[in-house]
Amino acid sequence: MNRVLHDFPGGLKLPTGKELSDRLPSLLHPLPERLYLPLHQHVGHPAMPCVRVGDKVRKGQLIAGAREYVSVPVHASTSGRILTIGDYPVPHPAEFKAPCIVIEADGLDEWHDIEPSPDYAATDPADLQRVIHHCGIVGLGGAGFPTHVKLGEGFENAVELLIINGVECEPYITCDDRLIQEKADYIIAGARMIAHAVQARQCVIAIEDDMPEARQALVTALDGDDIELVAVPTRYPAGGEKQLIRTLTGRDVPVGGLPIDIGIVIQNVATAAAVYRAVTRGEPLISRYVTITGAIENPRNLQVLLGTPVRDCVEKCGHRSFSESRIILGGPMMGMQVNHPYIPIVKTTNCVLIQQRESLPPELPCIKCGRCSEVCPAGLMPQRLYHAALRDDFGQAVDRHLFECIECGLCAYVCPSRIPLVRYFRYAKTQINNKERQLQTAQDLRERFLAKQQRDRQDARSSPSAPEAAQDDKRAYLKEAISRSRSRRERIRHQHDPDEKPGDD
Amino acid sequence: MIASLPAAFLIILPLLLILARLLKFLPENNNDAITRLTEDLDRILPQTQCRQCGYDGCEPYARAVAKGTVALNLCVPGGSATERGIARILGREPATSTNKEAHDADPQIAVIDAARCIGCVKCIRACPVDAILGAAKQVHAVLPGLCTGCGLCLPPCPVDCISLAASPRINRHFGWTKPGRLRSPRPSA
Ligand code: SF4
Ligand code: SF4
Ligand code: SF4
Ligand code: SF4
Ligand code: SF4
Repeated sequence: MNRVLHDFPGGLKLPTGKELSDRLPSLLHPLPERLYLPLHQHVGHPAMPCVRVGDKVRKGQLIAGAREYVSVPVHASTSGRILTIGDYPVPHPAEFKAPCIVIEADGLDEWHDIEPSPDYAATDPADLQRVIHHCGIVGLGGAGFPTHVKLGEGFENAVELLIINGVECEPYITCDDRLIQEKADYIIAGARMIAHAVQARQCVIAIEDDMPEARQALVTALDGDDIELVAVPTRYPAGGEKQLIRTLTGRDVPVGGLPIDIGIVIQNVATAAAVYRAVTRGEPLISRYVTITGAIENPRNLQVLLGTPVRDCVEKCGHRSFSESRIILGGPMMGMQVNHPYIPIVKTTNCVLIQQRESLPPELPCIKCGRCSEVCPAGLMPQRLYHAALRDDFGQAVDRHLFECIECGLCAYVCPSRIPLVRYFRYAKTQINNKERQLQTAQDLRERFLAKQQRDRQDARSSPSAPEAAQDDKRAYLKEAISRSRSRRERIRHQHDPDEKPGDD
Repeated sequence: MIASLPAAFLIILPLLLILARLLKFLPENNNDAITRLTEDLDRILPQTQCRQCGYDGCEPYARAVAKGTVALNLCVPGGSATERGIARILGREPATSTNKEAHDADPQIAVIDAARCIGCVKCIRACPVDAILGAAKQVHAVLPGLCTGCGLCLPPCPVDCISLAASPRINRHFGWTKPGRLRSPRPSA
């Protein structure tokens, strides 16, 4: 505990609201009737289903595989039957429906055969990364980046420092705090496994200085001096990757770069616990701690099976009236509002916050007070970014380092004109990203078009037309196939609407 | 006088040779310039390859513009934004535009009705960007990530089993809207 801590720019001490939910032990949420498991709960490519409707599955069985490296598989959270595979509401700011596998639970909660890995310390780091990949583990702090990819990058480069992040700085959220208090040994063991997987030279577990119980739990469970425990001052957003790295090391992640560029890998405490389960028992990621809090009767942390509808969890904590409240996934600063109570808890859902609906007064013009710049932890000038986004001057926004904004929400929080600054920044970011993607697609299409033209020219030059007989064969085949296809169409049409007049299309 | 003639010749000859070289290279230089200009222009065209401009695709239209023989406002999907881009590259004023704003229609892609496709390969031949997969006498399918929705595969299909439908890509191209302003409804063409 004698590490010299550094300061990051901006930031603010916020009312935490954590007392609502951090006292009571977590509850095991009962088995829901149905589980909705989205194929895309992580950054990267969606998983591909490998079960069919009607199949029986057991808890922990693979139901959708990862075809690409930057993708993770999805496993059944309980035993039951595959009811459907189709589009259902998923956690997304625009309330999209996306492909989900729906499992009807059979109530037995029967485990699939799982197998622990042999002693991890003797395992090749690459094999350990593979186990983590196969168990579907992603960053559980909220971003959902596939863990094996981060570890793989870490292993390729020399990792000076592994940080296990338990700095849960956002107000109201206490799931990591509870997890540390209840599963400190998992986290420590998981931290050692991750350290082995990246061959890290040092390992730090960081928490906030207002988490005394969690600290005690870690101190008790820690049986060695290979891991350092650090409590950082409580100030939002101390748990942001870049802010935490700065606090612990005094170093800055380069602009546009990643922690690994300065030899650091950072993982959330819940991810470490998931790694522990994956390695020692072969358990895939199928449940997580979720804080259910806000304007509800019994705020609490629940251990929830992935795929459980948000509504079940919230009702469990005594909430009934969905019409008067807003549901926020995540915390009040960075969370996203959703309107559909049936969306499922997914790998990245750390908190469900219920707030009273209130109509906010409209935004006023910027008075250039500069408060937003004072609190920005990324050292940006939010008001300048705002003016650029307002004018759709995206070049200017990028020049002013729009993409360094971590969307912490502090600027909007302090703005006396109530300007929803972060929404402007998200707008500008997606506009820029979509534009870039469009350009890339256009470039691909251009190449395909030119290639096709060249091929056509060559074909025209080299191949004389086929002999007469072959052409006749072809014509006959076509004629016959066309009439078959037509009659099939008629048949289908008649089956569907027998009285439809022929001829209208 | 007689002695100076060969001398004069000696001076003039290299000059003549240089001139000949220049003449020989001039047309080629011009071609190079057109090729380069074509590339620059092609890069700002939408690459829908829909032929609504009257040319066989974006690159052929770009070439025609580069040669300076056609109007700048023929690209339909690109609309006036593309026209302005072309004018900027050519250093010209955009014509008092008769072109509409690019119609911001929801992107579409072609969908093949597998129950009716007879595997005649005609659509594959028509598709300018190789967005259709299939082999003779097999059911064909459109690759949604590549199809530009140009519709060129529709007319050749002998059993009319291809149609255009809303692109599923819009799911992934989600964009946050600007706060405080409702997105104006799309003009209906
Ligand atoms: S806090 Fe709000 S009003 Fe003040 S400078 Fe920033 S954007 Fe403008
Ligand atoms: S949301 Fe972005 S711009 Fe605003 S304070 Fe946070 S990092 Fe700075
Ligand atoms: S109209 Fe535009 S998009 Fe279509 S082929 Fe011509 S240049 Fe390309
Ligand atoms: S599949 Fe059809 S609509 Fe799509 S790009 Fe090819 S020809 Fe155009
Ligand atoms: S043109 Fe029509 S029938 Fe022929 S292969 Fe294409 S979709 Fe099938």
